[in-house]
Amino acid sequence: MTAGPPLIAFVHVGKSFDDGRVKAVDDVTLEVAAGEFLAIVGGSGSGKTTLLRLANRLIEADTGAITVEGQDVRALEAVSLRRRIGYVFQSGALFPHISVGNNIGITPRLMGQDAAATSARVDELLDLVRLDRAQYRDRFPHELSGGQRQRVGVARALAAKPRIVLMDEPFGALDPITRDALGDDYRSLHMKLGLTTVMITHDITEAILLADRIAVMRAGRLVAQGTPSELSNSNEPYVSELLRTPRRQADRLRMLLPRETGA
Amino acid sequence: MSLFSDPRWGEALAHLPDYLGNHVRVSLTALGLGLLVSLPLAIAARNQPLMRNALLGVASIVQTVPGLALLALFYPLLLALASLSLAWFGSGFSAFGFLPAVLALALYSMLPVLRNTITGLRGVDAGLLEAAQGVGMTPRQSLFMVELPLALPVIMAGIRTAAVWVIGTATLSTPIGQTGLGNYIFAGLQTQNWVFVLFGCLSAAVLALAVDQLLALVETGLRQRSRLRAVFGAIGMAALIAATLVPSLVRSPSSYIVGAKTFAEQYVLSALIAERLRAAGLGATTREGLGSNVIFEALVSGDIDVYVDYSGTLWLNQFHHTDIKPREELLRELKATLAQQNITLLGELGFENAYALVMSRKLAEALAIRSIADLTSHAPAMSIAGDYEFFSRPEWAGLRQAYRLSFRSQRQMQPDFMYAAVAAGEVDVIAGYTSDGLIAKYDLVVLDDPRHAIPPYDAILLLAPARASDTALRGALEPLLGKIKIDAMREANLRAAAGDGASSPATVARWLWEKVDKR
Repeated sequence: MTAGPPLIAFVHVGKSFDDGRVKAVDDVTLEVAAGEFLAIVGGSGSGKTTLLRLANRLIEADTGAITVEGQDVRALEAVSLRRRIGYVFQSGALFPHISVGNNIGITPRLMGQDAAATSARVDELLDLVRLDRAQYRDRFPHELSGGQRQRVGVARALAAKPRIVLMDEPFGALDPITRDALGDDYRSLHMKLGLTTVMITHDITEAILLADRIAVMRAGRLVAQGTPSELSNSNEPYVSELLRTPRRQADRLRMLLPRETGA
Repeated sequence: MSLFSDPRWGEALAHLPDYLGNHVRVSLTALGLGLLVSLPLAIAARNQPLMRNALLGVASIVQTVPGLALLALFYPLLLALASLSLAWFGSGFSAFGFLPAVLALALYSMLPVLRNTITGLRGVDAGLLEAAQGVGMTPRQSLFMVELPLALPVIMAGIRTAAVWVIGTATLSTPIGQTGLGNYIFAGLQTQNWVFVLFGCLSAAVLALAVDQLLALVETGLRQRSRLRAVFGAIGMAALIAATLVPSLVRSPSSYIVGAKTFAEQYVLSALIAERLRAAGLGATTREGLGSNVIFEALVSGDIDVYVDYSGTLWLNQFHHTDIKPREELLRELKATLAQQNITLLGELGFENAYALVMSRKLAEALAIRSIADLTSHAPAMSIAGDYEFFSRPEWAGLRQAYRLSFRSQRQMQPDFMYAAVAAGEVDVIAGYTSDGLIAKYDLVVLDDPRHAIPPYDAILLLAPARASDTALRGALEPLLGKIKIDAMREANLRAAAGDGASSPATVARWLWEKVDKR
């Protein structure tokens, strides 16, 4: 999976806020291979969200270089760069004044696609995220549950057929069951559509369950990266600390919920 | 007579198409202009704290200027601009009526629109702004597709506030020559015609509510994406605008415009002049309730064709003389000065409306006061009241100097209430007007002015430059010259202020014409 040129690469990237007083991202070098599902894990203030936003120029880097599909993002027009990268926002961030269908079709429409093609694409996407076309396309965001809203958020991100999807804590605000179902559904979309996904989460368990590879950030620095098994061998104290909780939970779950035998 | 069988309701109703039409036109134009300026400014300033604070600060200051003063200020400003434009580009424009009213009202409408637009746009959830960027919107697309639609309810609330303010404040544009529902109110207050005052207030309130509700309909239509509502609202506004255009289109353009200042005598005289012009087969309309500072300039620039002024007023206020000359001499000099501006002083009407010190007969007799000279020793124990301009006029300074007057206290009063106040003993002396009918009604005495401190105030007919050699106009007006006697004018003023069904300026003007010696 890590073979071939990286689809997204951060090289010695730095970004600070408040006239340099706060270093949000500090000298990060990180590559995301084509087809990879990378999770960036860290606490609040670790710089993970800033790093994600640097990739589609919602924020501009101070130092270092970022390339997407081999091109330096600074050489690209920010608006068209964003149109070709899907972005799923925390808790959906759907536009409340337009219908589900119009939310999903927004990027194709901005790109000048005609109404009939956009409409067909919207139906296709509703199917993909497993929402009933007839029932949901004309509803408004406030009429949806949290899970349904986030499904629409995913559909909106996929509308313009991006190769890359960036996700900012997409499932953070959902209840565990919805979150699990949505995570699985997205993972299969990732595989099926051959996407390259970078997902931010503060939940290491979610990262382990969904991602191919995990990058761990703390205080703006990238402290470790690797597959879950590579991370479990890390001697970085913060990584061990992060892994302690899922390990303990797994042990307790194994003890409390013996495997269903036979039946 | 019941409240609604009063003939003045019918008379008020007859003016409605003209007054309402003009009112709607000036209000909506001002609102439109205000929006055209405020909305882009608010959008440009929304993310720039310095510009935002400066804009809101300026708009707030404008708001603290009383509406009447703001409107009045725009007249001289535009007058200066018009003469500059005439000097530089060879073409001027009318600084009278519509233009100053629209500009002042547009300025007045800006604060609620600016404030609500900025507040509404800044209130849009930052997460949604980021989402708009994230899905690939340009700043412009984000503004039109996300920010403005989401801020719409707040922006519309500002526009509705502005509409109500503008419609209300537009009633104050009568003195600068803009006809509107304010004409009812100004005329009604001056002639004690409470039916007119009530009618003006009610119709302005109904208009404000109607426009507010139409805008609300447009707003909910836009917000709920209900075409029907938005279209109904828009049709309502369009119908309102169309309805107001009709009367202006059918009005004959070739009629003479007779000006009148803001008091009862002027309303009666302008009605009389208009009546005489019509009797001579000439079209005539009146422009009433014009401020004394506005009316002369309106005549000079040809916005009105004829009006009645008073020799002393022009002498002191318009030409800023400080000396007082005997009557004939003053008239002669005035005529020459006016001729330099191409204004024709057609002649005197035959009476004077001068300031005079007036007392109740009882008090005057008790203190044996016959002339102002007798007042000198009593004044320190007495109070005096005058209209809003008297105490800043040169004749007050002249009087005080000539007779060494020093009163215990002085008050400003609405002229209509002064006479009752002096009759009731609330004040001891008032600065009244010699032609006022209330002098007889309340049995008051006019004190002599043996030292001629008060200049003569002959009522004189003035014609606009373009009408200088208009023989038809002169012919229609000449029968009035020298024929209106002070007693008849007093009686006419009393009738005009009676506040009953027979007190309309037109009715009183007809009565006055009966009294004119027609030989």
